[in-house]
Amino acid sequence: MTLDVALSHRFKDFALDVAFEAPAGVTVLFGRSGSGKTTVANALAGLLRPQSGRASINGTVLFDTAAGVWLPPHLRRVGYVFQEGRLFPHLTVRRNLLYGRWFARGAADGASFERVVRLLGLEHLLARRPGALSGGEKQRVALGRALLSRPQLLLMDEPLAALDEARKAEILPYLERIRDQTEVPILYVSHSVAEVARLATTVVALDRGRVVRAGPAAAVLSDPEAVPTLGVREAGAMLVGRVVRHHPDGLTEVALSAGPIFMPRLEVEPGVSLRIRIEAKDVIVARGRPEGLSALNILPAEVATVRRGAGGGVIVQFRAGQDLLLARVTRRSADALELIPGAACHLVMKSVAVAQADIGEVAQAD
Amino acid sequence: MSGWLGPQEWAAVALSMRVSFWATLVSLPLGIFVAHALARWRFPGRQLLNGLVHLPLILPPVVTGYLLLLTFGRQGPVGSMLDEHLGIVLAFRWTGAALAAGVMAFPLMVRAIRLSIEAVDPRLEEAGATLGASRAWVFLTVTLPLILPGVVAGAILAFAKAMGEFGATITFVSNIPGQTQTLASAVYAFLQVPGGEAAAMRLVLVSIIIAMVALLASEFVATRVARRVRGT
Repeated sequence: MTLDVALSHRFKDFALDVAFEAPAGVTVLFGRSGSGKTTVANALAGLLRPQSGRASINGTVLFDTAAGVWLPPHLRRVGYVFQEGRLFPHLTVRRNLLYGRWFARGAADGASFERVVRLLGLEHLLARRPGALSGGEKQRVALGRALLSRPQLLLMDEPLAALDEARKAEILPYLERIRDQTEVPILYVSHSVAEVARLATTVVALDRGRVVRAGPAAAVLSDPEAVPTLGVREAGAMLVGRVVRHHPDGLTEVALSAGPIFMPRLEVEPGVSLRIRIEAKDVIVARGRPEGLSALNILPAEVATVRRGAGGGVIVQFRAGQDLLLARVTRRSADALELIPGAACHLVMKSVAVAQADIGEVAQAD
Repeated sequence: MSGWLGPQEWAAVALSMRVSFWATLVSLPLGIFVAHALARWRFPGRQLLNGLVHLPLILPPVVTGYLLLLTFGRQGPVGSMLDEHLGIVLAFRWTGAALAAGVMAFPLMVRAIRLSIEAVDPRLEEAGATLGASRAWVFLTVTLPLILPGVVAGAILAFAKAMGEFGATITFVSNIPGQTQTLASAVYAFLQVPGGEAAAMRLVLVSIIIAMVALLASEFVATRVARRVRGT
């Protein structure tokens, strides 16, 4: 399945002009607020009519202004999980969940009610009304409701933005399960790099109504040119590692392509693949192999590219084994260490730099 | 109750109930439709429709009654057509009283329903559409249940207004005992004849009771529905 979008729309103070392709998996539409992400999602759902453009899922045209085609929202089979849930207050959770399924009857395949309820852990909520649910529970019901409408595309507009950190951590595993256990492709609107690193298969980065970067998540996140769009503070590479073993001193050893790293004990079985995020600001660069450091995680690496920012900062991209990592250093350090492409270095990462919340479990199939 | 009330009084009470019931029932679907159009749709002539709906509230009831007589009377353009093709006569019949009551109560009904529609979050209706519901289904399964308290309030208000309607009714269908003499017309008629005060007083009591019961019923239904709709 592929989603193909090309649309332009002019608002009073802002022009949107984007074109991208979203393959199977989670495509994160990333950008700051006001970059036009929600407009794209609304156009795909049929809630906003763009001035010109075309969108199709697997060849099924949703709209094509040149050909005068406009499929009304209820015929699109595009599930939408809104930021605020938008559950029907007069219906119980069970009837909210079944709302879309009733209209989708006749659609060939689709997730069964029992399966979705189990997937999202909703068993004990079915008889309640939305008014009696917490924010996280509401979003889980909204997810289930969208899934059960048997969509051919699932749109999620910052479904975690209204939640606090604890509730986000509660929902993220469910989103991963949906990504890994259902066939439905997902377009996920977000401005959080952590969510990109955890969920994205593909990233489409928007800035002021234009696509500035698009590609596989790991490639976009480790691209120094994408740093200004993602935000210097949050920039960082996303790597996939495999859990090797749990050491008796409480550390878990994870193998990256360049060598082992150690993290505070993770509750996952050895052999499982993990997404690991290493933020650029948490990486220290050394030319020689550092000795006598308390930091456990030191990887040999080679400078790939150097990008000098407008201010005093420099983003350096390193190749460590098959992986790419980013480090943010000052211009003075970059000059003193002579960081030029090809220079051999060691990267020092404090073990705490690998935050638990940013670790996603990757399905074996990936 | 028929022992306590004289036959003419009883006939007036029963007629008023029948007139108000049918006036409310028939105008309710139209009221919901017009309220929805005024609250949600943007179309040329929206303000004109709004003014037209509110006209009976502002015009002297006698004027409304006279306009009804001109339009729906046997010689009127609509009245003669109804008479010729469908054999329906409204003027000087109880059905005409229901029409007059319905027209007079319509603005109150539309106002109440319109306010409740405007309070419904249109984003819920959008959510319904993305889940596969057409506009009609969204209205029936999302909007209508959510505006139910407003619809109940509007209907009760219209019923109460219809019970008390006097000016337009007496102008359009006159005051014929047993045929078009409603509760209000009967009170008026009894006050015109010597010794009629006792009968008038009994009817006044009856109308107070009916009004109170209607009000309490509407409060009861509205709070129950509102609790259900709020989703707690």
